[in-house]
Amino acid sequence: MPKMNLTHFEAAILFALFSSVVLGVITKRTDNERLRYGLRCFVYFVAALIGIGWLMHFGHG
Amino acid sequence: MPSTPAKSEAQSAPPRSWYPVVGLGWLIPGAGYFLLKRPGRGALVLVSVLSMFLLGLMMRGVMFQPQTGDILTTVIYVGGFIGDLASGLLYLLTIWLGYAQPDVAGHVHDYGTKFLVAAGLLNILGMVDAYEIAIGKKD
Repeated sequence: MPKMNLTHFEAAILFALFSSVVLGVITKRTDNERLRYGLRCFVYFVAALIGIGWLMHFGHG
Repeated sequence: MPSTPAKSEAQSAPPRSWYPVVGLGWLIPGAGYFLLKRPGRGALVLVSVLSMFLLGLMMRGVMFQPQTGDILTTVIYVGGFIGDLASGLLYLLTIWLGYAQPDVAGHVHDYGTKFLVAAGLLNILGMVDAYEIAIGKKD
């Protein structure tokens, strides 16, 4: 099994991507709504990632 | 006389046995959707769960073993074990073929462990969705 080294950011982006795809698939009624919901989830994931990242940065001083 | 509201498509869909849908969905992520003739959704769940699981393995994530003790230990280890187990055949093959890794310190390994558990949790979401379609609660 090849070894993979990802940065925090890369790992979190991939996590957000796959989670958003599944969240989009299992919700809503039409494909258009699913796509929009999945995209919105991904944006929220990334916004939380960046926001909480900055919070921790300032929290550590 | 008031007219009765028309049944929605979801309510009028004929319910079917959910055991094979949920069972197969656990064993092979997304397979429940294929059984319900929804190959697009099944393929998306399969690719997402499989990618997350393989990335977790390649990052040398750890498979949880159930342990009990104080409440936090129990929640983390038993919960983690259930999350790993929810990946179905992927988990079983990993254990049988000896790809389970020893616990190593480091942020990449930590992410790998979380990816492995999250893959199982995403599969649970897919199984619940397939179950609701099978019993006619969703279309």
